[in-house]
Amino acid sequence: MGRTEILIGGVGGQGVVLSGILLGTAASLYDGKQAVQTQSYSSELRGGSARAEVIISEDRITDPEVRRADILILMAEDAVGRYLNKIKPKGLLVIDADLVKGVTSGDYDILAIPATSIADKEMNNIIVANLIILGALIKKTKLLSVESMEKAIEASVPKKAKDLNLKAFRRGLELS
Amino acid sequence: MDEKRVHTGRYFMMGNVACAEGALAAGCEFAAGYPITPATEIANHLAEKLPRVGGAFFQMEDEISSIAAVIGASWAGKKAMTVTSGPGISLMLENIGFAIGVETPCVIVNVQRGAPTTGMPTIGIQGDMVQAKHGSHGDYEIIALCPSSPQEMFDHTVIAFNYAERYRTPVFLLSDAFVGHMREEVVIPEAEKIETVYRNIPEPGTDPLKVKGFLDEDVAPMPIFGKGFKAHVTSSCHDEYGKRNLIDISALDKFVRRLSNKILKHKEEITLVERDYEDAEIVLVSYGGVSRAAAAAASQARKRGIPVGTLRLITVWPFPGEEIEKMARKTKQVIVLENNLGQVYPYIKAEAAHFAEVSFLPPKLVGEIQDPEDILKKIEEVSK
Amino acid sequence: MNELVHPYHCFIRPTVTHTTFCPGCGDGTVAQSILRAIDGLGMDMDDFVFVSGIGCAAWIPSPFFNADVLHTTHGRPIAFAFGIKMGLPDKKVMVVSGDGDLVAIGGNHLIQNARRNIEMTVICVNNGIYGMTGGQAAPTTPMGVKTTTTPYGTFENFFEDISGLVIAAGASFVARWTTAHPRQLTNSIKKAIQKKGFAFIEVLSQCPVQFGRKMGTGNAVQMLEDYKKRSISIKEAKKLSPEELRDRIVVGEFVDLDKPEMVEEVTRMIRRASGEVQEVVDAGRG
Ligand SMILES: Cc1ncc(C[n+]2csc(CCOP(=O)(O)OP(=O)(O)O)c2C)c(N)n1
Ligand code: SF4
Ligand SMILES: [Mg+2]
Repeated sequence: MGRTEILIGGVGGQGVVLSGILLGTAASLYDGKQAVQTQSYSSELRGGSARAEVIISEDRITDPEVRRADILILMAEDAVGRYLNKIKPKGLLVIDADLVKGVTSGDYDILAIPATSIADKEMNNIIVANLIILGALIKKTKLLSVESMEKAIEASVPKKAKDLNLKAFRRGLELS
Repeated sequence: MDEKRVHTGRYFMMGNVACAEGALAAGCEFAAGYPITPATEIANHLAEKLPRVGGAFFQMEDEISSIAAVIGASWAGKKAMTVTSGPGISLMLENIGFAIGVETPCVIVNVQRGAPTTGMPTIGIQGDMVQAKHGSHGDYEIIALCPSSPQEMFDHTVIAFNYAERYRTPVFLLSDAFVGHMREEVVIPEAEKIETVYRNIPEPGTDPLKVKGFLDEDVAPMPIFGKGFKAHVTSSCHDEYGKRNLIDISALDKFVRRLSNKILKHKEEITLVERDYEDAEIVLVSYGGVSRAAAAAASQARKRGIPVGTLRLITVWPFPGEEIEKMARKTKQVIVLENNLGQVYPYIKAEAAHFAEVSFLPPKLVGEIQDPEDILKKIEEVSK
Repeated sequence: MNELVHPYHCFIRPTVTHTTFCPGCGDGTVAQSILRAIDGLGMDMDDFVFVSGIGCAAWIPSPFFNADVLHTTHGRPIAFAFGIKMGLPDKKVMVVSGDGDLVAIGGNHLIQNARRNIEMTVICVNNGIYGMTGGQAAPTTPMGVKTTTTPYGTFENFFEDISGLVIAAGASFVARWTTAHPRQLTNSIKKAIQKKGFAFIEVLSQCPVQFGRKMGTGNAVQMLEDYKKRSISIKEAKKLSPEELRDRIVVGEFVDLDKPEMVEEVTRMIRRASGEVQEVVDAGRG
């Protein structure tokens, strides 16, 4: 089947939706795959909860909803209660270890990345923690090619933030 | 078509943006609206792109004036549209009736959101389906298209403009927050591959007294303003010449029937459906984003050896009753799926129940389209 | 034999055979002032698009005027006119409607478009009542008056100065007259038509049938006499105290100024956005 369902949960301002767009763009435009990205957010732009869903597949994607996530990325403690039950047995749980503490082990792999502290210390900007996570995810899963991801970053991120985002993504590649 | 209007290429694009791109490609020149989640991206994109091709988006004081300005611009000869969500449609309804009554081409995009009332703005539901058909007062027919993907947000917006212009009527694009905010591959074809239609207008120089600009079931030429037609356009009951008649019941009867018949007479060419139910004993009927879950479930069911098919309504209004009947005659079970508590279901049931068992599967959570697993369970249940 | 034809007959839609106004209604005077102004300017009906809402006054252009006429919904004509003007910037767009239509149900469209200062002429026929629906209170009905919906007298404060409202909102031309001032009214309409901006004219117009009866102000002749008696020019009014001005009708042209007009601003924006002209934008312009 080759259908991978990804759910990203966090709060507004963390780049949750951008992460989804990057994965979808890389898959759809540069990796020869199909992708659907959907999102929901509460009305507050910052601080409210945010969720992005991405489905990546070799074939046409009919059902566009993430039902059971093969990959669950949690970027805020708040998201644990809301989405942990959505992970598929034997799925992959990716967390920002600086922000998400309350995860107990279960029938899933855990990839814990101290993304916020790395972004803070090394890049002086916690806003790119999401790119570090994506780097680590791509390294671990080979879900998409690094080149496709980098092209997607270049195409989707504002010019002046491009280098910083690429740097964070590449830093993530070294992590898992 | 103008090159600058059509941004040919392959994109990973949000549905709402694709809708705005479709409007540009269709030749939209005037857009008016009032900001509302989850439709704002369409307005924002039009505000940026329309001036580059000589048009403009106007932020009005409310949705009542938005649709009014759109109708005014349409009578001024412009292709015009408004974009909003359910609360905005509620405010527009009187003037939508006006647009129907005086046969004004325009496109109304409703990116439906969690409702009733203010509801939950970022969650998509199919909650305003019947409102589009019956929201304004009186008997009338409307055209409504239900896209299920960003690509269709583009394609259907073009079709909506073409229908609006061809049949001189408001046309709804009934999307929702889920499809509107969805990103997926969107291919915008070359300009010359996109068909665009502009309304018929009377021969310039026609004696104004001879212009029959209304109430023709085959669509009267539109005596748009500024061309010397001296058009008298009134939403009061009128005759073919636009002349008001507030006393003869026969005039009212003609007014009501001809407006409706104008759509019904062309129903076959308006109706768009996707049929995939050859030899199916169970047919899933749905529209919009839900139809994708239905397609997933049907394909899984067939893999399990259950003959399940699908019928997807692209135009929900005018209601494609003949299509429903045709399908129902060939099958045993009909399962209707909508992301609401059953709005189009009664219409489908009325057409299908004489020939097949008809049931409804609501979403488990209103706002989240049916899980194919749940649809499969329902399929297994009815196939027993 | 020479048939006698009224000089403004050519402005009237040929299919119209009679007026629908009650005898003595002021709306006929308003209609004639509009046509005199158009004729006086040497303009043609094809230079105009008329827009009206719902009410007796809204029937002035629809069906009588032999021109493009959009007869819209109650309260919304200015909003429709907005779209027409944007689509046909070279045409004169004129809205004719009642006080209830433009100031009650449609009040916000009046305010917002005066603020935008979009070029159009709005003629508000103020008879102080809802004429068409049978004499209900309007926001312009003086306090205490018994109407069909206020049988014990209205208990609301009322709009004594619609023109003041429109001035405050930002219109570039505002005038008030009564049907007892047809000549002055015609002159102001001429200026309004030529104004690059939102031009508003309030006309106090007698409704002998629904208002006169209720107020006890009598028939049309008595009401016109009353308008004449109570009217006072802007200049004279300045000399009087607010107490002395009570019950008086200040008439004249209150505002006639030049300021940015919306259609022109939109055209300029489109030129910039489409790359047709490179223009330095002074974002801080007042
Ligand atoms: C939405 C709506 N509400 C109510 C009416 C009924 N209605 C018709 S005319 C009118 C009042 C008109 O008053 P005004 O604008 O002052 O005009 P007049 O008849 O006094 O000239 C009303 C309430 C309507 N047509 N539409
Ligand atoms: S009801 Fe009043 S305003 Fe209406 S036509 Fe009669 S007199 Fe004129
Ligand atoms: Mg009135």
